[in-house]
Amino acid sequence: MRMLPRPALVAGLLVAGIGWAVAGEWGAYEVDGRRSGYTYAAAETRAMQDDEFENAGLLWVEKGAELWSQADGAEGQSCQDCHGDATESMRGVGARYPVYAEERGKLINIEQRINQCRSERMQAEPWRWESEPLLALTTYVRHQSHGMAVSPVIDGPAAPFFEQGKTFYTTRRGQLDLACVHCHEMNSGNMLRAQRLSQGMSNGFPTYRLKWQGVGSLHRRIRGCNEDVRAEPYAPGSDEYVNVELYLAWRARGLPVETPAVRN
Amino acid sequence: MDKPRVKVPKKVKAGEPFEVKVLISHKMESGQRVDEATGQKIPRMIINRFEARLDGELVFSATLYPAVSANPYLAFHVVAEKSGELSFKWLDDSGDTATATAKVAVG
Repeated sequence: MRMLPRPALVAGLLVAGIGWAVAGEWGAYEVDGRRSGYTYAAAETRAMQDDEFENAGLLWVEKGAELWSQADGAEGQSCQDCHGDATESMRGVGARYPVYAEERGKLINIEQRINQCRSERMQAEPWRWESEPLLALTTYVRHQSHGMAVSPVIDGPAAPFFEQGKTFYTTRRGQLDLACVHCHEMNSGNMLRAQRLSQGMSNGFPTYRLKWQGVGSLHRRIRGCNEDVRAEPYAPGSDEYVNVELYLAWRARGLPVETPAVRN
Repeated sequence: MDKPRVKVPKKVKAGEPFEVKVLISHKMESGQRVDEATGQKIPRMIINRFEARLDGELVFSATLYPAVSANPYLAFHVVAEKSGELSFKWLDDSGDTATATAKVAVG
């Protein structure tokens, strides 16, 4: 397929009866050639995401909403006690994160901020990475920015971490000796076995993935990619992944936050 | 089991079919997977039965099998002659149940 010139490929797909919209027809899902994973998903998958009822990721949003107002820890506090109505106080957070955190001297993402609040403010046990409550609350918080353009801050104190993320993205790794850039920039749109390679945009995370039969974090997805090129993955929440999370947010700048997106 | 999501139209017409959508969070463990750490089979744990009743009368039911994905979503049609209440029940292998109700307004 790779050797076919592009127009022939498109024509072939149309003949085969597979809807494949031409560039420019994706509305908000495409900004200056940067395309959301939505534009690479099958029509059925997109329909599932768009339907307020069928989108199973909303189950996590609902669980997150419950957790938001649930007191926990020795202080007997809930998120709501400090932050009030999440639909107002958390709006924009998902479009901006990860951000530089002065007290840590490095970046912090939403999962880490939730756990920081739990351990420091609420005197509660931090949640394990990829645990149901952490996923649910992260999904709920990021969902409050649904439709807003991804707009991370990459200058100032965040700049060195952005550069490290960029280096991660362009560094070959694993037995297959591939960098993120090889699949998601040089070959996006081409087939990788039965899957069409997307541009690897992060605007829909945490995402309901049909393969996972549930919602998963961006770090889980990156670990999967790292394993696929037969590299030893980093721990979820590691500095390496949070830095690349910022770089990915910059790559997806201008695209709408879709959390919870639905992907295969 | 977690709280299910249910969607019924606000108003329906007497004698005309309307669509009901239900979604529930459940892992639907097929019983065919093996725990990589222990080598033991992970026991089957699925929702095996769903029932919808309109004022106590069974109007739709489904028997589910291990091939159904996690978080099962069902959509079906119901006919009502007068206003009433739809009640839904999910039953899983452990005997655990989840229930929900929804008003049907004929007008």
